[in-house]
Amino acid sequence: MGLHERYLLKVEGLTVSFDGFKAVNDLSFYVEPNECRVIIGPNGAGKTTVLDLICGRTKATDGSVKFKNQELLQMREDQIVHAGVGRKFQTPSVYEDLSVFENLEISYPKGYGVFGALAFRRDDTVQARIEEIAETIFLEDLLTEKAAYLSHGQKQWLEIGMLLIQDPELLMLDEPVAGMSVAERKKTAELLNRIIKDRSVIVIEHDMGFVEDIATRVNVLHQGKMLSEGSMAHVKADPKVIEVYLGH
Amino acid sequence: MTFSKNSLFTRQELIGFIVLAAIIFLLLPAVLDNFRLNLFGKYLTYAFVAVGLALCWGAGGILSLGQGVFFGLGGYCMAMFLKLEASTPENTSIQSTPGIPDFMDWNQLTELPFWWVPFHSLTIALIAVVIVPVTFALIIGVAMFRRRVGGVYFAIITQAFAAILTILIIGQQGFTGGVNGITDLRTLKGWDIRTDEAKEVLYFVNAFLLFGVLLIAQFVRKSKLGRILIAMRDQEDRVRFSGYDVASFKIFIFCLGAAFAGIGGAMFTLQVGFMSPTLVGIVPSIEMVIFCAVGGRLSILGAVYGALLVNWAKTSFSESFPELWLFGLGGLFIAVVMLFPNGLAGIWTEQIMPRITKLWAARAGAVAPIPATSTEEEGAI
Repeated sequence: MGLHERYLLKVEGLTVSFDGFKAVNDLSFYVEPNECRVIIGPNGAGKTTVLDLICGRTKATDGSVKFKNQELLQMREDQIVHAGVGRKFQTPSVYEDLSVFENLEISYPKGYGVFGALAFRRDDTVQARIEEIAETIFLEDLLTEKAAYLSHGQKQWLEIGMLLIQDPELLMLDEPVAGMSVAERKKTAELLNRIIKDRSVIVIEHDMGFVEDIATRVNVLHQGKMLSEGSMAHVKADPKVIEVYLGH
Repeated sequence: MTFSKNSLFTRQELIGFIVLAAIIFLLLPAVLDNFRLNLFGKYLTYAFVAVGLALCWGAGGILSLGQGVFFGLGGYCMAMFLKLEASTPENTSIQSTPGIPDFMDWNQLTELPFWWVPFHSLTIALIAVVIVPVTFALIIGVAMFRRRVGGVYFAIITQAFAAILTILIIGQQGFTGGVNGITDLRTLKGWDIRTDEAKEVLYFVNAFLLFGVLLIAQFVRKSKLGRILIAMRDQEDRVRFSGYDVASFKIFIFCLGAAFAGIGGAMFTLQVGFMSPTLVGIVPSIEMVIFCAVGGRLSILGAVYGALLVNWAKTSFSESFPELWLFGLGGLFIAVVMLFPNGLAGIWTEQIMPRITKLWAARAGAVAPIPATSTEEEGAI
């Protein structure tokens, strides 16, 4: 038992091939509870594809992804969400025609079925929770604003908020600070540092200062394969990593 | 900060409902002669379809070019019952097989097909009016949406279904009445539906049912499901990763639209007195989309106005310039898409309402704050 429960997420031999091109090739790694794992690597290394495979957006050709000993590869996207895996996309994807409040409300983990959604009521618990999350993501004054009118950074925060409200055990973030202003970046780093405390997180990031700040362990991907894995200090000293990535 | 908590109507929407009710229940019956009122009764039956489309297409982004299928299925279920009632052995004593519908006799059928038999019962027919279109929509919906067929592909496939059903009905003349449809319908449980009084009563039945459908549509729009539909239209993937099974929501709303269309079809049969494949095929299906687009596809009330106005224009124009009407309809559709993508409802909420609000504010001598509702909610007026 002991060994099985040590890891929250076990990725083993994960492979996906697009018309013979292996975007991710025989990749294995393990994520522990409350760990912040950062994936780095040059463009086209397959970082985003790994997240896509874990959350069910792309179907794997081979391998296994076990979350709390449940095989995720056979599950639908929404079932994976219910299992406790949340995913933030690289470009902010929020519901532009709905208000900030409604965006968060849709993400509130209740009334997932057709009839559940019909019967869903905005009660005080829901409202309080939404206001609490809105405060965390710096949007408490913009709850009635249409999401389309938010700035790029605010949309990124809103999407993070939409994940937080579901309280996932594993949170996957794809370049959460990309395209942000310096001030927004600082606020986001502060936000992320706060929310990664009581859950496991997988982050794709290019900003090395930021990575050093948050990472427990780092995976370096190159051409769909694991180039190096370990602490930030370890991968920084790895000659292979310096060769393909950090050196440039 | 306050949010509208679960209320079914905003004040604006309530006024919109009341105005429409006043027009349909009071104004039209007061100013129209019996013949015209019956025509408007026919237009109202199309409004059922348009309301369903406002949910499917306007809110959910699912464009169906085959709503005529569901309209027709509902209409045929009703027509089958009425035809059987009209085909008593006494009425059909000159046939070689008395007691079966006349077109069956003409096609050398000597026995009522087994699937016609249940339609002797009004209860079964009424249930079938809703269940048959919904079952059909369910099959199409599961087959398409589970495979993630959407957008243009879905629209084309629904259009194909409209073509297939038309061909099937025309081809199976002995069972369906063929290209003539099911005609010469007389009574509903002994009540003659051909008289002027009956037509007037049916107009009001139509109107009541339409408001029932509008209330259901409003409830759906205002529920979280309504907001999920809008979210789906814009960011289908995000909805999936918010933990929803997108396909089941699409199937639900498509089935609901089919149920509305089926009720509309059945009312058409009663109001107009026949059902034929010309109401099932591609052209009527596209016309139904135009009703919805002209009214404003985001707005359920707009859809009703669209259905009434376009059909009224159709009748008026085709009386004077029959050969020009189709060009007019095409031109109207292009104009709406190019100039007023939100249709009549959009013109109302974007152009007229702000001016009225301003005027009121000027009168009151104060600057009225523009209500901060999202466009979606305004669109419902």
